[in-house]
Amino acid sequence: MARLNVNPTRMELKKLKARLSTAVRGHKLLKDKSDEMIRRFTVMARENLALRREVEGELARILGQFQVARSVTPAYRAETAFALPASSVRAECSVASVMGLDVPKIALSQSGGAGLPYAFFEITSEADYSVSMVTALFPKLLRLAEVEKSVRMLADEIERNKRRVNALEYVMIPQLEETIAYIREKLSENERAALVRIMKVKGKQQ
Amino acid sequence: MTGKMAIVGDGDSIMVFQAAGVSAFAAENEKKARDILRKIAKDYEVIFLTEELARPLADFLKRFDETPYPVVLPIPSGKGGAGLGEELVRGAAERALGIDIFLGVGPRGSSEETHQ
Repeated sequence: MARLNVNPTRMELKKLKARLSTAVRGHKLLKDKSDEMIRRFTVMARENLALRREVEGELARILGQFQVARSVTPAYRAETAFALPASSVRAECSVASVMGLDVPKIALSQSGGAGLPYAFFEITSEADYSVSMVTALFPKLLRLAEVEKSVRMLADEIERNKRRVNALEYVMIPQLEETIAYIREKLSENERAALVRIMKVKGKQQ
Repeated sequence: MTGKMAIVGDGDSIMVFQAAGVSAFAAENEKKARDILRKIAKDYEVIFLTEELARPLADFLKRFDETPYPVVLPIPSGKGGAGLGEELVRGAAERALGIDIFLGVGPRGSSEETHQ
């Protein structure tokens, strides 16, 4: 490990000692942060996977049902029936903080409760079912969106944090320690040299 | 803050969402989907994207992970082909922890018995 390029003086020694103690403290803090983030991540990732499977299963069912509705209706009728939604769903979006990381927090604020966008005689009842099932699925879909995004963001953050911890542990701290040891040696060497010189001068005087 | 929702996908899969009140954008290929996403990313908070479009755009979608919004969520389409969402979760876990913590859970369907 290369030592830093500094002058071996007492001033530098003091500065480096301060930096070392900061680095050690920062390293400990970051390591704790990393542990806690990983703990939260595992919980969230498990929820994410479970939710994902649930939502995908239901969605497959809904889309299958919708396929049936499509197949018994002429394409142009289906398109006109669905083209103009009766209401638009809105989501309440805010930001939550997980370990100082801003993650999305989404809640359904207005579900499309106003009913179907078409008259009942226009299209088969399978379409009604699938539309109402999608509407019912929205809370879960939004929760999945929220959790999945958080998991992805947290994964990135953990990765970044790990890099920081490693940089401190394997580069910064060893470098500082080595430089401090080098300065100490150099200083005591100088001291010994000075002492010997003084003794020699003294010896010559007598 | 009230957010809007959108879905990007091929004609059939998005129609049912459109009926339920989500703004729908038709995109028949990935190039079109990329253009649409670029355009609507600022206006919509939650964007659903069908999997066959999300898969080739995975690299492009990474840039949305920097900020909380918009949330781009891959969903299975009518043509099936599920599994991308699960892959993404596993990938994230592997990136963050170095190991796949869901190894015991197994692929979809055959799960519950080993999962504690």
